[in-house]
Amino acid sequence: MESHIAEITQHTGGVIGSAWLMIAFPLLGALILLTLGRFTNRWGHLLGVAMSLASFVVAVLAFFELIGFGEEQRRKAVELYDFIPGMVKMGLLIDPLSISFALLITGVGSLIHIYSIGYMAHDEHRRRFFAYLNLFVAAMLLLVLADNYVGLFIGWEGVGLASYLLIGFWQFKPSAATAAKKAFVVNRVGDFGLLVGMFVIWTTFGTLTFKNLGEQITAGQTNGAMLAIGLLLLLGACGKSAQLPLQSWLLDAMEGPTPVSALIHAATMVTAGVYLVVRSGAFFFPEGSGAALAVTIVGAATLLAGAIIGCAKDDIKKGLAGSTMSQIGYMMLGAGLGPAGYAFAIGHLITHGFFKADMFLGAGSVMHGMNDEVDMRKYGALRKVMPITFVTFFIGYLAIIGFPLLSGYFTKDGIIETAVHHQPILGWLAVLGAGITGFYMSRMVFMTFFGQKRWAEDAHPHESPLVMTIPLMILSLGSLGLGAYLVLNGTLYRFLSPAVGGDPADAPHFDPFTTPGLATLALVAVGVGIAWMKYGRAEVPAVQPRGSFLTTFARRDLYGDALNESLFMRPGQWLTRLAVFFDNRGIDGLVNGLAAGIGGSSGRLRRIQTGFARTYALSILIGAALLTGALLLVGTI
Amino acid sequence: MNDVIQAPTIEYGTLAPLLVVFGAACIGVLIEAFAPRYLRKSFHVPLTLLSLAGAFALVLVQTLRGQVSTTPSAMGAVAVDGPSLFIWGVILILSFVCVLLINDEGHFVASAASVPGSSDEEEAEAHDNGTGHTEVYPLVLFAVGGMLLFPAAHDLLMMFVALEVMSLPLYLLCGLARRRRLLSQEASMKYFLLGAFSSAFFLYGTAMIYGFAGTVSLPGINQAMAAGNTLDPLLLIGFAMLGVGLLFKIGAAPFQAWKPDVYQGAPTPITALMASGTLVAAFGAVLRVFWVGLGNLDWNWRPVIWGVAALTMVVGSILAITQTEIKRMLAYSSIAHAGFLLVGVLATYGSAEQNAVSLKAILFYLAVYGITTVGAFAVLTLVRDPGGEAGHLSRWAGLGKRAPVLSGVFAFFLLAFAGIPLTSGFFGKYAVFAAALNSGTQPGDSMGGWMAGLVVVGVVASAIAAFFYVRVIVLMFFNEPAADGPAVAAPSMGTVAVIAVSLLVTVGVGLYPESVLGVANDAASSLFIR
Repeated sequence: MESHIAEITQHTGGVIGSAWLMIAFPLLGALILLTLGRFTNRWGHLLGVAMSLASFVVAVLAFFELIGFGEEQRRKAVELYDFIPGMVKMGLLIDPLSISFALLITGVGSLIHIYSIGYMAHDEHRRRFFAYLNLFVAAMLLLVLADNYVGLFIGWEGVGLASYLLIGFWQFKPSAATAAKKAFVVNRVGDFGLLVGMFVIWTTFGTLTFKNLGEQITAGQTNGAMLAIGLLLLLGACGKSAQLPLQSWLLDAMEGPTPVSALIHAATMVTAGVYLVVRSGAFFFPEGSGAALAVTIVGAATLLAGAIIGCAKDDIKKGLAGSTMSQIGYMMLGAGLGPAGYAFAIGHLITHGFFKADMFLGAGSVMHGMNDEVDMRKYGALRKVMPITFVTFFIGYLAIIGFPLLSGYFTKDGIIETAVHHQPILGWLAVLGAGITGFYMSRMVFMTFFGQKRWAEDAHPHESPLVMTIPLMILSLGSLGLGAYLVLNGTLYRFLSPAVGGDPADAPHFDPFTTPGLATLALVAVGVGIAWMKYGRAEVPAVQPRGSFLTTFARRDLYGDALNESLFMRPGQWLTRLAVFFDNRGIDGLVNGLAAGIGGSSGRLRRIQTGFARTYALSILIGAALLTGALLLVGTI
Repeated sequence: MNDVIQAPTIEYGTLAPLLVVFGAACIGVLIEAFAPRYLRKSFHVPLTLLSLAGAFALVLVQTLRGQVSTTPSAMGAVAVDGPSLFIWGVILILSFVCVLLINDEGHFVASAASVPGSSDEEEAEAHDNGTGHTEVYPLVLFAVGGMLLFPAAHDLLMMFVALEVMSLPLYLLCGLARRRRLLSQEASMKYFLLGAFSSAFFLYGTAMIYGFAGTVSLPGINQAMAAGNTLDPLLLIGFAMLGVGLLFKIGAAPFQAWKPDVYQGAPTPITALMASGTLVAAFGAVLRVFWVGLGNLDWNWRPVIWGVAALTMVVGSILAITQTEIKRMLAYSSIAHAGFLLVGVLATYGSAEQNAVSLKAILFYLAVYGITTVGAFAVLTLVRDPGGEAGHLSRWAGLGKRAPVLSGVFAFFLLAFAGIPLTSGFFGKYAVFAAALNSGTQPGDSMGGWMAGLVVVGVVASAIAAFFYVRVIVLMFFNEPAADGPAVAAPSMGTVAVIAVSLLVTVGVGLYPESVLGVANDAASSLFIR
């Protein structure tokens, strides 16, 4: 199979040569805000926004500089410094893939920074919040811009840390603290996979930079080690992107402030797994390999699981979280299909970044007006009192269900078409998932904005301030037109092809009138219709009804937590008890014995230190004699 | 005899940093003689700082002009080569920050000559405004001048002179602590006696080597060895004596006994100067003697230094465990670090490239260890009991609750000493051990396996050392504070600057080692003038 991946060339100078500024700005912001503490309380949030915007400007400039080069020269490695001399040179890789991510992260990130000014206005720790947000942006940019797996891993851990800090931002709530811990622990499993995967890469290829790997691995090459690497990296991707079987943390992560859910747990961080798979795609997930098949299966399973969970949630943020899982499942499915799928996976990732952030921020705007109420059964008929929020949310809604001509329509349909072509069974499951998406998203919109008022007595819903609604408007504009721009004419496919492979001449033509395309539309229409019957026309009970067996199944997150608890937590607890027992009896005995031995010898040796100058002089004399003797002795042999 | 005596040629430009420091020291003496007592400090402080900064600038100019001399200066007495300039730069930076610490009030006694507790002393205290002896400043400058000359000396006599110029002021300075006078005087006395003892060894060794080689110039000695019998007892005994003098200064076992006593008794800013500047200077001299002077003898000295290095690492880290006094603990830590550095000295073997790599590693280690040390001692000056600095470890219990920032900074320094990754200490140790392992693979080295063995000893010693560093951290953060625990003094601007700079360097180099490694590499690649 011919590879169309362009060679990575070294680059200095220009904006690309200074691409590290992208990371440096938000990092500096975080440093200033965290170290100067309360001195920055008054203007800290503005600094945070400014740093994020500065980073965005650099990203835009770098983007334009990059497209100034010919397609074959659009992969630029920028060397920064020797991180571990002889082993890891730290550098950045600016190519179509990484710059797409950088634009999304800094662009959507900046909008969410601005929105947070309003959303967090009354929080006494607003400065710290912006510090963490900046930290997140810096780490995420390092993740996508690093030209090697070590840098990627540092960024990977950095976003994990930021995510942990932000989920637990309201740590006075026990639920938030627990959720943060859960996210951290579950991610540890995935991170372990990534780490071991890196070890295997190092032992197999002796390098961790993408450039060197690209030179060593010929297209289509597979063997046992590479399959192992692929599966280990997939485990890492599952953790970060909340894919089965490591999905359980994402729903709980909604305990964090809503802008966090929008930025980290919808638009950017959770897509890191997709980035990892696509970035490693040419190496470890070649088309038709076992690892690629595993990726598609994980993706298809998660897209259904997320959609089913989304159907049963009354908490608006958890509903959206289920939908995020599901949409990332689509991306994963696309990412496992080779170059043809990559463009749609990344395209869906970008449009999803817009419409999901749009809806999360919209949900935040609703909560802002409803005294932080998250139960949709206490909403209803909000479209009249919150017109801007409603319109923007509705555009995001249309985009996600794949309403023709909106963003999500093009990218999701692309994934489905490609999947049906390559993996028919999984492809048709994705069609089914689209239908379910139509149902649960409509349910959310109808319960929130239509029907009867079911507000709590002290609720006085009102539209949010402009600082919050302007980002919503910009995001909804992206949700409207971005998909058409990226997919029609294969723009994104051709842009990405130097980085991920794929023949530019093969750019897929968008054809909506295929069997899967029409079936998707029909199923979505059915889903919307059912939702209208149940939640639009009929009255929604203010208290959650008992529901069927299936509903309970979905409400309990498909028993994912129960499964984890009985399969891992309890045996894990037994294992730790056992380990502690052995540790106390066996290992501690050994260690303590050793320590006592060293301490004892230290105590005895200490007596040499008498404090008398004459003893010291004697020891010097003896030392001199020993030295002389040794030299003479060595000389004679 | 109608020969005209030839005036020696002196390269004033090349030697300018030395001359600036010595000149300022002489002016300092004049200030002591002529300025009224209350004005002296305001003369001394700017003079001292400016001369150190000026000397540093001159070093910088020489380095940046890229015309590092390749021949010795001053008729072959001083070699201002790449490594010398690097060491000079490091010593000047370290002494500059140490002077900022010295400048703080309350470290030095008002009248060192009075009997502790006598009425003379009380009277002197009464007239003193916290400054104490202002002679401290010229003494420090002389000591720094000696430190600069010591590693750059190109013949053994010049080296001996430098050794004495460096040591004599330090003997005095050790006895000037304001608190715990008896301990300070004892330290001064011990340091003087033992220092004199070891200097005698050095001189005796010089004489014997002269007897063998007929010259005291380092390259001359090396050439004599190439031509003559390297098994001549005169040479070997002479070298052993010389080694005693040098190893004493770096505090290698079994010549380490003075270190804890002196470090504990001396005023803490002076301890900082000795633990950083003197160590850097002494290692420069060790490298020069072993590499330039004894290059042809490395079959003989390497096994012996192997033993010394191993013993030093083990003794330093094991004895540190049972210390209850924090300055003594840091003294033993300094001994252990001297052992790690000796591993690097051993690695200067084989090809020029290998020489440069290990030299780079040592230079880097010296620079980052020095600055971290100064930072750690600066923290010590701030934690005070009514009777002076809170030296006993038990007094530090729970300090993390009382002064979280200061304790955090100190914990970070300790982690850097332990060599935890992402601190500068990690890359120092990594570079030295990697160079040592690599030297074992040099063709024709029969010590290959032994070098690996030494690295294993080093790693085990590091692990033991990590124990007592972390123990202090545990003590500070996980123990309940004592009810009458020590107070944390409000730091002066100078002390804050010292701690901030040390912290910044320790963190910065830990994240971006190439910054200092690159400079060390440039300095090391030109090697010592042979």
